[in-house]
Amino acid sequence: MYLKRIMAALAVSAALPMAASHATDLEVTHWWTSGGEAAAVSELAKAFDASGDKWVDGAIAGGGGTARPVIISRILGGDPMGATQLNHGRQAEELIEAGLLTDLTEIAEKEGWKDIVNPPSLLESCTLDGRIYCAPINIHSWQWIWLSNAAYEQAGVPVPTNWEEFVAAAPNLKEAGIVPLAMGKQGWQQNGAFGVMVVAIAGVDAWKKVNVEKDAETARGPEYAKVFEAAVKAREFAADSNVQDWNQATNMVITGKAGGQIMGDWAQGEFQVAGKVAGKDYTCLPGLGNNQILDTAGDAFYFPKVDNAETTEAQMRLASLLISKEVQVAFNLKKGSLPIRGDVDLSAANDCMQKGLKILADGGIMPSGDQNLTPDTTTQIEDLMAEFWSGDMSAADAQSRYAEIIESAE
Amino acid sequence: MSVTTEPSAARDHAPVGKPNPLFKNLSAKLASIPMIITALVVFVGGTTWTVVYSFTNSKLLPRANFVGLDQYERLWSTRRWMVSIENLAIYGICSMILTLIIGFTLAALLDRKIRFENTFRTIFLYPFALSFIVTGLTWQWILNPDFGLQNVVRNWGWESFAFNPLNDPNTVIFGILIAGIWQGSGLIMCIMLAGLRGIDEDIWKAARVDGIGTVKTYLRIILPMMRPVIITSLVLIASGIIKLYDLVVAQTNGGPGIASEVPAKYVINYMFRAQNLGQGFAASTMMLVSVIIILIPWAYLEFGGRKRG
Repeated sequence: MYLKRIMAALAVSAALPMAASHATDLEVTHWWTSGGEAAAVSELAKAFDASGDKWVDGAIAGGGGTARPVIISRILGGDPMGATQLNHGRQAEELIEAGLLTDLTEIAEKEGWKDIVNPPSLLESCTLDGRIYCAPINIHSWQWIWLSNAAYEQAGVPVPTNWEEFVAAAPNLKEAGIVPLAMGKQGWQQNGAFGVMVVAIAGVDAWKKVNVEKDAETARGPEYAKVFEAAVKAREFAADSNVQDWNQATNMVITGKAGGQIMGDWAQGEFQVAGKVAGKDYTCLPGLGNNQILDTAGDAFYFPKVDNAETTEAQMRLASLLISKEVQVAFNLKKGSLPIRGDVDLSAANDCMQKGLKILADGGIMPSGDQNLTPDTTTQIEDLMAEFWSGDMSAADAQSRYAEIIESAE
Repeated sequence: MSVTTEPSAARDHAPVGKPNPLFKNLSAKLASIPMIITALVVFVGGTTWTVVYSFTNSKLLPRANFVGLDQYERLWSTRRWMVSIENLAIYGICSMILTLIIGFTLAALLDRKIRFENTFRTIFLYPFALSFIVTGLTWQWILNPDFGLQNVVRNWGWESFAFNPLNDPNTVIFGILIAGIWQGSGLIMCIMLAGLRGIDEDIWKAARVDGIGTVKTYLRIILPMMRPVIITSLVLIASGIIKLYDLVVAQTNGGPGIASEVPAKYVINYMFRAQNLGQGFAASTMMLVSVIIILIPWAYLEFGGRKRG
C-alpha cells in the first residue's frame, strides 16, 4: 500500500520537471566560491530554475588562475559545459577564433544589447569581428581601498581620505599593533594592488600609455618610479600580513586587525556577509581617494558550442536572463559589483556602490588590464610582483624589469 | 606449459630449418605489443611533437608558426626559470644524497635483528603511502610558525626558538626538502633492507672470522655488493626529483614570491595559466634535455663499459 503510494509520488515528482515546456539542464562553471560570491551566484541559479530550466552548479574553487585552465581544457577537450564565467577580454580570444564558442549576435540584436549595456566597452570586449560571443554580467573595478573604521579609532587617528593620509597614518596603526595594509600573498592580488596605485599616483594617462600602447619609455619614466617607491612603502606596511587568499585579507580588515586593503569591489560582498555597514563600520575610497576613476573589468558568461539544439536554446535563454533587469539587480546587490545597464533601480545599494554608480554615470571609466594585456604578459608581471612583494627587491630594479616585460608584450 | 619449452615443441612440428627468431616467444611478444605501441605513440610521439612545437609561437592552441629559438631565448632570460632550475638542483642533490644515506642507515639499523622490526618498518614506510599533496599540507602546518614546531617548542619554554623555513626565501627549498625526504626515505629503506637480506650469511661469518668491525663490513663489503639495489634506488629518487611539482604546490605554491618555484610548475603555469604553449613546451624540452644529459653518461658507463670489459 504505502510502497505503491511512494512509487506514485516518485513518479509524479520525476514527471514534474518534464512537464515544463522547456526543461534543460545547463552546467555552469564559475569560480565564485567566497561567501558573498556564493550568495550572488545562488541568485542566478534561482532565477534560471524559476524560468523552467535547471542550473547545474559547477563551481571551481581556487580563483580564476586555477579555474580558467580547467574550464579551457574542458572546452578544448570536447567536454564543454553549458555556460561558463570568464573575465572578458583577451582570455577567450583564441577560443573564439577556433570556433569553440556560441555566437550570441542574433539574440543580442533582438534584445538590443548595444543600447542597454553601459559602458559600451563591456560589449566591445565580447565582440570579435563584429560578432558577439559573451554576455556581460557585472562590472568590477579594482580601484578601491577598504578601510576599517574600528582599526583607525583604536589607533586614535581619523580614517584617511586619500593615499597620502593612509601613508601618514600607517605608523600610528603599527604602534597600536595593527597591520596597516592587508595583502594576500598571491601574484594577482599584488599585481592588482600595484595597478591601482599606478592609476592613483601616476595618473590614468600614464597607465594607458603603458597598458594600452605598451610604451616601455613611460614604464621607465619618473611617474612610474614614484609608483614603485610607493609600492616599496606599501610592502613595508603589509610585511606582517601573513595570509594567502584575498578574502582572508579582507577578513583582517573586517575584524579590525588590519587598517586597509587594496582590492577590487568584490571585497564588498565579504563585508556584507559579515553584516558590516558601509560608512559606519568600513570606509571605501575609489581610486584610493586620489582620483575618481574606475576600470570596467568584469565577469561575462561564455557559451561553448554544443551539438544539442535544445542545449543551445537553453544557452540563449540563460544569456537573455543574465542581461535582464531583475537578475542584474538581484545579482549585483549580493555581489557588490555594478550592473552592466544604467536603467535599473539600485536605490537599495549601499554607500560604496552608490559612489561607484555615480562615478560610472559621470563617465569616470577606463579599460581594464585584462582587456589590454594577454594572459602571458599578465603572468609575467604577476611573477615579477610576487617576487617584488615577498623579497627586498629595490624599486629601481623592479621598474626596469617591469619595463622589459612591457617592451616584449604583444 | 611454460614459455621456455615452446621452441623445442615448435621444432618437433616444423618441417625444415631453424625457427624464425621473429616468432620466438611469440605469445610474450604479442602480449607486449600494446605497451610497445603506447611507448612509441605516447612517449616518443608526444615528446617529438612537444619538441617540434617548442619552436613555434603557439599561444592557447598549438599553431605551426615557427619562430626559431625565440622561446628558448626568453626562457633563459626569465628570472623565474633560473630560480626554478637552481631550486631543482639544490633539492635534487640534497635529496639524492640524504635519502640514500638515511634509507641505508635505517635499513642497516633494522637489519641488526632488533625487536619490533615490523612495527618500525611500517612506521618508516607509512609516509610513502601518502600523496605528495597530503605530505605538503602536513608539513606546511608543521612548519607554520604560529601552529607548528616553532610554537610547540616555544610553549615548552624555549622562548627564542626560531624555525620558520617556509617564510624565508633563502630557506624555503629546504623546508620542502624536509618533506620530500620524510616521504621518500621509507621506500628506499625497504628496498635497501631487501638488498641486505639478500646478502649471504656466510659473508658475515667470514667477515667476523677475519675480525672486521660491523660498520666497516657494511661500508666495505656489503655496500659494494648491493650495487643493483642502489641503482634501483637512485633511479626511483631521480624520477621523483624531476617530477617535483605537487609537493611544492601543496606546501608553498612557489612562494614566498617565486622563491620555491620548480621547472615542472613553470611548465604547467605557462601552458595553462599564461596560455603560452610555446613557452611551456620550451621549458619542458629543457627538462627533457637535462634528464638526457644526466642519463647518457650514466648509460654509457653502465652498459658501454661492460661490453668493452
